[in-house]
Amino acid sequence: MKLWRAFACVVLLLVVGVSLAANWLAPAGYAKQYRESPGAPPSHEHLLGTDDIGRDRFARVLYGTRISLLLAPAAALLSTLMAAIVGGLAGYLGGAWARGAMAITDLFLSLPWLFLLITVRAVMPLNVSPLFSVLVTFLMLGLLGWTSTARVLCSNATSLRNSDFVRQARASGVRGSRLFWIHVLPNLKPVLYAQFWISIPAFVLSEANLGILGLGVAEPMPSWGSLLKELEGLVSVGEEPWKFVPLVLLVVVVTSFQLVLSKHDEAAA
Amino acid sequence: MRQRHEEFRGKLNAMITTCRKAILSSICLAILVGSAFAQGELRFCLRSEPKTFDPLKVEDDASAAIRYLTGGVLIRMNRQTQALEPELAQSWKVSKDGRQITFKLRSSISFSDGTPFSAEDVAYTMQQLWDPSLHSATGDAFRSGPGNLEVKTISPIQISVTFPAPVAGLDRQFDQVAILSAHSPKKEMAVLGPFMVADYKPGATVLLKRNPNYWKSDAQGHKLPCLDSIRLDIQPNRDVEMLRFKRGEIDLINSLDSEYFDKLAATSPQLVRDAGASLDSEQMWFNEVAKAPLPAYKKNWFRSANFRRAISEAINRADLARVVFRGHAQPAFGPVSPANKFWFNAKLKPEAYSSDAALKALQSEGFRLENGALKDKDGNEVVFSIITNSGNKYRERMATMIQEDLQKIGIHVNVVTLDFPSLIERMTQTFDYEAILLGLTNVGLDPSEQMNVWLSSSDNHQWNPSEKTPETAWEAEIDKLMREQASSADANKRKQSFDRVQEIAVEQMPFIYLVNRNALSAVAANLQGASPVIVVPQTYWNVERLTIPGAR
Repeated sequence: MKLWRAFACVVLLLVVGVSLAANWLAPAGYAKQYRESPGAPPSHEHLLGTDDIGRDRFARVLYGTRISLLLAPAAALLSTLMAAIVGGLAGYLGGAWARGAMAITDLFLSLPWLFLLITVRAVMPLNVSPLFSVLVTFLMLGLLGWTSTARVLCSNATSLRNSDFVRQARASGVRGSRLFWIHVLPNLKPVLYAQFWISIPAFVLSEANLGILGLGVAEPMPSWGSLLKELEGLVSVGEEPWKFVPLVLLVVVVTSFQLVLSKHDEAAA
Repeated sequence: MRQRHEEFRGKLNAMITTCRKAILSSICLAILVGSAFAQGELRFCLRSEPKTFDPLKVEDDASAAIRYLTGGVLIRMNRQTQALEPELAQSWKVSKDGRQITFKLRSSISFSDGTPFSAEDVAYTMQQLWDPSLHSATGDAFRSGPGNLEVKTISPIQISVTFPAPVAGLDRQFDQVAILSAHSPKKEMAVLGPFMVADYKPGATVLLKRNPNYWKSDAQGHKLPCLDSIRLDIQPNRDVEMLRFKRGEIDLINSLDSEYFDKLAATSPQLVRDAGASLDSEQMWFNEVAKAPLPAYKKNWFRSANFRRAISEAINRADLARVVFRGHAQPAFGPVSPANKFWFNAKLKPEAYSSDAALKALQSEGFRLENGALKDKDGNEVVFSIITNSGNKYRERMATMIQEDLQKIGIHVNVVTLDFPSLIERMTQTFDYEAILLGLTNVGLDPSEQMNVWLSSSDNHQWNPSEKTPETAWEAEIDKLMREQASSADANKRKQSFDRVQEIAVEQMPFIYLVNRNALSAVAANLQGASPVIVVPQTYWNVERLTIPGAR
């Protein structure tokens, strides 16, 4: 397991390092259109070929990795934190607090978030920079994605509240926030980690889907989501396998993260 | 124990033999059914559910397809030559004032149920069509002024129809009027076209059977149509449609995507057909609405013809056609596609792409380039957004390419994709947009079908809808010319007026026309007689003469 963890660390460092070196590795940038060679297969000039309007796919993968690697975990962190606060506290406090918090969670779950996002897009000004659109997209995902995690955490916190060791701590005079931070929250960590890692690919894919609503990352900026959209309409895997690179990268990065942090999970368990 | 095993094995063998026989017989049956299938059944997909089988109420594409296949019309436009040809009417004459049309009908023709066809049926159809309570889009095309319709049956084979006001391209409008029977108990299901509706399974199929009473014969005297039936599968998913074509389950695809076209051409070049530039155009326009919630300086840019012309000059249309549509589109430069043989103004010359000339034109208007950014004379940086409908990858790609083209002259463009309802709301209600990139689908050839776009009072006058009075002199001139051509029966005079409209449109650039998509289609190898054209219904316009070997 150690060897795997070390390997995952190397992979992650490599991916982060290469994406940070995008300016040197792909000096022409992600937006330049090589209009003489649209949809070209991999070659010396374009390692992963070009997209449908002739942009270098390798450059777009590098820059897209930078954006998605930074913002999808940030959105996942935001949603997990909100879930921990709402769900964890509700479960820990129980009674009317839990009922109230879960009612709010249910209300959020019942919201047609697709329409909510359409409304957000409708009220957003049209002339915004692509970077702003990226930040708004992931912020929205983070703010809307905490509800189901909160429910899971609430039920876990409830069982922890009634567990023997918490009762014993309470009997020993531990009260209030100390009981929550020292005895309850650390035991919720495995669930929190799991929810966090599940959220990252979900948010990357959600961002790709949001592109259909016009709320995704704006052109010409790339993201894993917009790169995955290229797989639409692909009839067979063997047709243009180089288009799968962003998908493979997404799987590799998420798996590597899980391997690296499984140590913490084990410790927490 | 062993005996039981042997008994069991014996039973098992018997069962296997029975199963084999059953499978073999099923295969034989399938082959027989398959071969029966191949004997004259044309199969293709409708991309939506037909909303009606009543030919007078047709508004959607699927219903229009069924009307084309089943309806008998007095005059038909030959989709290949774009000329009018007599059908149920042997001959016709339009009065000089463009209000009256007189038909001489063919005799000895019957509807699919055997009811005889006469001038009475034409009179009945026209009266139904004119009924305002029917809300017929086909009928609206004839309603050019207030008043009543006058139908006069001169004899069983002669009839004249007089409209209250001149109707532009009067005879051409009859291409869409399928004649109903005045006496048949089957009402609209009794048809005069080559096929009749035999079965309809909502959400699945529409089955059309050969009309046994169809009046046409081929040169050898064989009764038409050649095909026994047409199976129309309702299939909105284009990927599935393509897969089914590849599997041989359907025989043709209309309006093929350029991507699919190339993929199919790579493996089976004999199955794809590119009929050249279609009537459809892709265009962008700036918001010129006076009350639009935009800064005054942006309104000034967008309302300047020189600004619009410079933007147009800076867009590389040849690249759009070559890269986005993989060469299956032509650079557009006017409101009428060159595919529209009669109405296209051949004097108009395509605009050359030149970012340098565009920049010079803008500089002469007071714009200046500072550190790679274009600024107007008041120092405002030229930045605007182009909206297009999300999910349309061709328009998204065109907008991204225009973004790069305009970057070369220091203009920063933000590409925004919106869901269609939001886009329409901005375009028609709030006017909260700067530029829009969309397409226009032209089904008909006649300019009167574009009245709703060109008249300044129209809701569809996209760059500045519903003007109380024309806000510019050139819009007033277009209004006048469009009304003139609509009220004239003289085709040449109408052409002169519409030629001038095209010239004004190119001078003023309210629409920046980008490309005309090609009419692409796929035709199965076993389908004979298909010669796809640019006018709807492209592939099966000569359906009565299409054959699948073994049909006879």
